Amino acid sequence: MNLEQALYKYVLRLGDDSLILGQRLAELCGHGPILEEDIALTNISLDLIGQATLFLEYAGALGGENKTNDDLAFLRLEKEYVNVLLVEQPNGHFGDTIMRQFLFDAFRKPLLEKLQNSSDEKLASIAEKALKETKYHLKHSSEWVIRLGDGTEESHAKIQESLNTLYRYTHELFYTDEVDLMLNKNNIIPNLESIKSQWENTIKEVLEMANLSLPDNNWKFEGGRQGRHSEHMGYLLADLQYMQRTYPNMEW
Amino acid sequence: MKNIDIKVLEEKFQKKIDQDIKIEPNDWMPDDYRITLIRQISQHAHSEVVGMLPEGNWITRAPNLRRKAVLLAKVQDEAGHGLYLYCAAETLGADREETIDDLHSGKAKYSSIFNYPTLTWADMGAIGWLVDGAAIMNQVPLCRCSYGPYARAMVRVCKEESFHQRQGFEIMTKLSNGSQEQKDMAQDALNRFWWPALMMFGPNDAESKHTAQSMNWKIKRHTNDELRQQFVDVTVPQAEILGLTIPDKDLKWNEKKKGYDFGKINWDEFWQVVGGNGPCNKERVDARRKAKEDGKWVIEAAMAFANKRSAKKSA
Ligand SMILES: [Fe+2]
Ligand SMILES: [Fe+2]
Ligand SMILES: [Fe+2]
Repeated sequence: MNLEQALYKYVLRLGDDSLILGQRLAELCGHGPILEEDIALTNISLDLIGQATLFLEYAGALGGENKTNDDLAFLRLEKEYVNVLLVEQPNGHFGDTIMRQFLFDAFRKPLLEKLQNSSDEKLASIAEKALKETKYHLKHSSEWVIRLGDGTEESHAKIQESLNTLYRYTHELFYTDEVDLMLNKNNIIPNLESIKSQWENTIKEVLEMANLSLPDNNWKFEGGRQGRHSEHMGYLLADLQYMQRTYPNMEW
Repeated sequence: MKNIDIKVLEEKFQKKIDQDIKIEPNDWMPDDYRITLIRQISQHAHSEVVGMLPEGNWITRAPNLRRKAVLLAKVQDEAGHGLYLYCAAETLGADREETIDDLHSGKAKYSSIFNYPTLTWADMGAIGWLVDGAAIMNQVPLCRCSYGPYARAMVRVCKEESFHQRQGFEIMTKLSNGSQEQKDMAQDALNRFWWPALMMFGPNDAESKHTAQSMNWKIKRHTNDELRQQFVDVTVPQAEILGLTIPDKDLKWNEKKKGYDFGKINWDEFWQVVGGNGPCNKERVDARRKAKEDGKWVIEAAMAFANKRSAKKSA
């Protein structure tokens, strides 16, 4: 694996995380708990689809097979998507959606902060743009975690349950393999360990304000980064790819 | 208040209307004017919000990244329109949640067009082109409506609607220049949405009970039939550009009136759909009701949290 191949693999991960979470949130458009929140979640979805568009465009350029961002977004096999399992989890109730978002945003923000200083200029510039959006996403999701955690008894119980269920997927956010090691050595991406402590601090701080506690029994799930997904993924892709698979090679 | 005083107020009110002076929330207005506006504005707000559902149905299946983003943004705009309009209704003393409950109980109406299913991607084109197109015809005159907050909301809304209309037309253009499957898909969408789009302008003038009063109050500026005619005249040439056929064998240019003659609308179908028996009435209202019920604990939590915080602050 050369450096360009490693970067291709890495940018694909960034793109897929954005794409799949954006797709999940898009399911909610028109069904939010109140109009204001419908609009806010749609905004986040739009930002994520926009990020996916840029990351996957770059991945296409790095991949050397003349693939467009749409080719990559719509025409891969399930095992070729490399998003973390967390982002493909179903929306569940509003607390589940918010907790999934929070756990992801708290990771994405420090990561993008580092990536905007990447020695790879293109990656740095996409990260810089995405960071502006992600700061807002994290603010939005943290505020809701706190509101629900410190709201009513019912909301507290619900969001605690969301945390208990989703926490097991967070371990994978810090998945590291030879791709990361090679890019880190070349100052293209940060060391994930440094991101991890920032992530932990954010989680600790927000959960404290929300009166929530981390589950003690948490099995660490992973597989997404290697293309091994949960049962939910096939259905998500069936929707995502429906048009491209049914009507191949057409322009829309 | 004595009858004589009300008479004077009414005369002053009508004089303002006749002079095109906007009525503002704190101005005196006849009860019927207020009631008519609340009904119309909240129906309009409901239409925006229910209208999110048929198009929301295709966001996860949009054919490429750009179309997905554009459709998301469009449906989000409609939510925004709903918000401004609920706010405009509130300036007249309507309670947002109460009017929403009226929608959920079936008491309040919304545009019948949104009770038709969206079956293919081409429906996203047809809706933008025809439904947003018809909405613009209806709403541009509302920018001059006598009630200030409604008129101002409409200015903002109309700008975005014309953007939606162009995007819809662009989808249709792409399809009609595409493969045979895509052309067929576009024609099929036009076949299904043409007549319901014409119905969006409401019953024929002879059957429309509110038109005369609303025109007097300058809430309405044109009759249903005038607007429908205008829509047909603008849209037929656009269909020609697309190479699509309007599904009406009676459609014919009338040189004398400088407009198109068109076939008879199936008013039975219209009243069936308005009455709750359209193909998706139940699904649409159920979806809105479910969103509110599922969100109830969230709103309660947000309120409890806000109360706790303000108690802490004042402590
Ligand atoms: Fe609208
Ligand atoms: Fe509208
Ligand atoms: Fe629109």
